[in-house]
Amino acid sequence: MNVLAAAVFNLNHPAHTVDWEFIHLSVANVVVIGLMFVVFFLALLLPFPGATRRRGGAS
Amino acid sequence: MPPSPAPTAPDAHSWTVKVREAGVEALPPEKLLPDGQPTYVASWIYMFGVASIASLIVIIGSGSILALKGPAWWHYTGVGHFFNSIHMWAVELFFFVMVVHLWGKYWMAAWRGGRTRVWITGAIIFLVAVPTALTGYVSQQNFDAQWISTQAKDGLNSVGVGAFFNVTNFGQMYSWHVLLLPMAVVLLVSAHVLLVRTHGVVPPFELEKRPEFAPVAAPAADGAVSAAGQQS
Amino acid sequence: MSRFSRMIHPKDDTQQWKGRYYPYDLVKELFIAVGVITLLALVLTILFSSPDDKPSTIAQWSQQKPADFTTAAVKELDGTSPTAEYGPPYNHNGTGQEAWIIKPQKWLGVSHPIDTELDFVVGPLETIPGDPALTAALAQYKTAPEKQKKEWAEAYAKPLEETATAEEEKKTPPNTVTESNGTVIVKTSGNAGPVPVMMTSLLAMAKSGGVDGSLLTSKQFFQTDYTKPLLFMADGGLLSERAQEQHLLGDQWGMMNETGSYPGQAWLWLYALWYQVEPFKSSENADILVMIIMGVLSLAFICIPFIPIVNRVPRWIPIYKLIWKEHYRSEQSA
Repeated sequence: MNVLAAAVFNLNHPAHTVDWEFIHLSVANVVVIGLMFVVFFLALLLPFPGATRRRGGAS
Repeated sequence: MPPSPAPTAPDAHSWTVKVREAGVEALPPEKLLPDGQPTYVASWIYMFGVASIASLIVIIGSGSILALKGPAWWHYTGVGHFFNSIHMWAVELFFFVMVVHLWGKYWMAAWRGGRTRVWITGAIIFLVAVPTALTGYVSQQNFDAQWISTQAKDGLNSVGVGAFFNVTNFGQMYSWHVLLLPMAVVLLVSAHVLLVRTHGVVPPFELEKRPEFAPVAAPAADGAVSAAGQQS
Repeated sequence: MSRFSRMIHPKDDTQQWKGRYYPYDLVKELFIAVGVITLLALVLTILFSSPDDKPSTIAQWSQQKPADFTTAAVKELDGTSPTAEYGPPYNHNGTGQEAWIIKPQKWLGVSHPIDTELDFVVGPLETIPGDPALTAALAQYKTAPEKQKKEWAEAYAKPLEETATAEEEKKTPPNTVTESNGTVIVKTSGNAGPVPVMMTSLLAMAKSGGVDGSLLTSKQFFQTDYTKPLLFMADGGLLSERAQEQHLLGDQWGMMNETGSYPGQAWLWLYALWYQVEPFKSSENADILVMIIMGVLSLAFICIPFIPIVNRVPRWIPIYKLIWKEHYRSEQSA
């Protein structure tokens, strides 16, 4: 059952960091934070399904 | 069909009757579980509240499986490690979607129209989720837990919290993590959602000042859900 | 409405929605959301799994870094270790952190008493049976006056601290501390009394795992409190050495990080940030100062609906026009 503990990508090595002035963030955290902004803006921009129903048409 | 257990005339002094009537008055079934939403609910940003709840469900589900076998299990079995991974990624997803939800609600000024308690409960959920995660990190029984607990103790001791909340005491931290703090989060989320149901989703900002908010005409024949019977 | 109350609670002309509704299945939405999140968690698990770096033990610490262990141990004995001088909630040997007149660490007192001399050194050594040299050394130590105990311990600690400082500053250490066959030999300039025998015995006990066990035991059989072994290890260099490799130190923004290359606690970014800037960076009271700032900001976060300017920004910066674009378009065409 140890196959369940295995991973496609092994992240068990010391992190690479993004460094700027006094800011030192791990790449993983920068990716997460970056993705949050991307997802937020996509959520604002992408059309939401059901426009026809909201206009009063057939669903 | 068996006879109803209720007396024919409800006793006005009965606590049960009072609680029931207050509950039904505040949130009648159609308001507690409405089958329609205002037409301005038309953005993907509205999905992040339910995504937060969904993440919490996956966290509690995976956490329950970890709790079934005890805190050491995931270190020495593949299945245990698998559920630990689900739990960890669900936590990352939870904070991810919850913060995006928070951003959306801020830019909507979703506290408007008497909804300040919705904002307040939401903010408190975030602030309680942080120590909930911390107690999880220090309960891992690995090097990460050793490091985080020996570091976090300094912050907590500095404000006196360490006197009764000892992050290096595994037994205490595990209890807080598995029972007390998740219970607090679930209770707060329930209050938050019930308040949203009570007040409805916040309407849009007016684009221009209008002397009155003109109500739209009654239900069309095309099946659009009308405003009748719906509370906003 | 007074000017003040208008400031904290701007005029809210939000009306109850009297417009149209459309069919919306909340229960189905919840099920779909749970399905999507479960799938995402599954995919991330399959791709990346999760970290599980094995914990350090005192046995490993003493085997891998015997001089570092011995240095920490003698400082526990002479009361100069970080734990010994910590103050509440462990002891009264320090006042703890403070911010002006605010001293909660001191006010809340000692709730988890730790006497480093007794708990980390003398107590564990007393459990070793059948060692006449150790028994005699302990007897000599315990019956000596406090001043004598301190002199012995400091005489033994001095070369060890000098060597540790030289190594930290990447200078050539003096030849007063040598390791031979896993034991640590310290050339003291003064009289260290029974302390060398005690330290050598403690090192041997630690390597066998005896100190791990001894520090975990207390008044009862079942144990769940790891405070003592953790504080002892944290007084040494092994945990911080591992932490540095994993980018977990304070000046590495460590509190946001996870071991390995996994994402950590990104939500702690603001809490971590304060520690990188003055005056907090070099302050002895950094923890309480940062906690106070974060406490105030957390309260402000809860009270955003009442904070002037902050509660109006969403109106001024019209991100809401993106959220409600369909609504505004249909209003205009109506």
